[in-house]
Amino acid sequence: MREIQASAITEAVREMCMEANYTLSQDMRERFEESARQEKSPIGRQIFRQLEENLKIAGEDLIPICQDTGMAVVFLKIGQEVHVTGNITEAINEGVRQGYADGYLRKSVVKDPIQRENTRDNTPAVIHYEVVDGDRIEITVAPKGFGSENMSRVFMLKPADGLEGVKEAILTAVRDAGPNACPPMVVGVGIGGTFEKCALMAKHALTRDLNETSPVPYVRELEEEMLCRINKLGIGPGGLGGVITAMAVNIETYPTHIAGLPVAVNICCHVNRHVKRTI
Amino acid sequence: MEYHIQAPISREDASRLRAGDYVYITGTIYTARDAAHKRMDEALDRGESLPFDLKGNMIYYMGPSPAREGRPIGSAGPTTASRMDKYTPRLLDLGLGAMIGKGKRSQAVLDGIVRNGAVYFAAVGGAGAILSKCIRASQVIAYEDLGTEAIRRLEVENFPVIVVADSQGANLYETELLKYRQD
Repeated sequence: MREIQASAITEAVREMCMEANYTLSQDMRERFEESARQEKSPIGRQIFRQLEENLKIAGEDLIPICQDTGMAVVFLKIGQEVHVTGNITEAINEGVRQGYADGYLRKSVVKDPIQRENTRDNTPAVIHYEVVDGDRIEITVAPKGFGSENMSRVFMLKPADGLEGVKEAILTAVRDAGPNACPPMVVGVGIGGTFEKCALMAKHALTRDLNETSPVPYVRELEEEMLCRINKLGIGPGGLGGVITAMAVNIETYPTHIAGLPVAVNICCHVNRHVKRTI
Repeated sequence: MEYHIQAPISREDASRLRAGDYVYITGTIYTARDAAHKRMDEALDRGESLPFDLKGNMIYYMGPSPAREGRPIGSAGPTTASRMDKYTPRLLDLGLGAMIGKGKRSQAVLDGIVRNGAVYFAAVGGAGAILSKCIRASQVIAYEDLGTEAIRRLEVENFPVIVVADSQGANLYETELLKYRQD
């Protein structure tokens, strides 16, 4: 049994919240530059130039890339040979609290969805725990902005809707999102499982390295086809027209029930923040 | 076309701007987003005056991140405008000159823009770091308890926006998309 102090988790989460908000991951930056080169619309190219300059300023001056520094979503893979000394959930929330204070990040969380009083420290985080083999803890911090979160959808399709139904659902979500989701976007999709499982897969898909593709051949083809079809919608950077509406489509699948075909589409803006660390 | 204009916006400027124009704004503008709009709407219901005069003024839908020492403001990009649609026609009819945000507006808002000779600008969403460089000063003038959602008076210089909806009823989100749609 390996011992890990809860304070080590706090420190990691604190640093990851800041890192995610000042700099994009290497894979996102590369895809961003590649997409900028492909854009044909004059307004779209102008917006790409502004966004590239924005990333440079954010990294140099430590100003958040976007003022919506998100609600902190944390994926935790805990090795079953690990014992954490202290309270894991509290350790993560303390890391969020410190990271958002020390990093001059915006506090965007309200205590209650109806009464809406700001918690003033951006806690609580939304935390997803998974128990895995091994004696390590893998932490992924993915601060999620709500311009794009608000445009995300769950579709409970019928088995008879099949692959065509899935494609139409993805296009519908992106079309409806339009300029509101701050394109060029990254599209996370979850297919299968249950109502909540597909939504969780869609969220998790957004954290996948963009240089990786699905290991399942038909899913890989679907990712490629959907990226191509989304970019034919014409929405473009900033929603002001162009050939780059999405930079990537990441899809995860899971077994499902004989009666169902759940599909979730979690849209992320061009500031697709995710930082991963193993302790 | 490219224009450099002053804020508050004059009736002449508002009426000559067309969807697709690049505009650089210099002057005084005000921030307000969801919670501030709700409070302003409730104040109007009670017959009270608003924290600032709407006449010709611009509202920027924005809630900044905190400022580091020595800086006027943190990251400061636009938020989604449609969440304010419920409150906007009333503000337009009371003289609101322009709005800066991102994303589509309701038909009621677009009608209000035409009816009042106003204008809706888009700033680039997710460009909060670069936009913060165009903000010279920031002061909370109302609803301080709302934190990032408080109403701020901003002094901006050459703040870059694009005209999306103009006083003639044009809407750039509808027209530009058609040029690149291939389905």
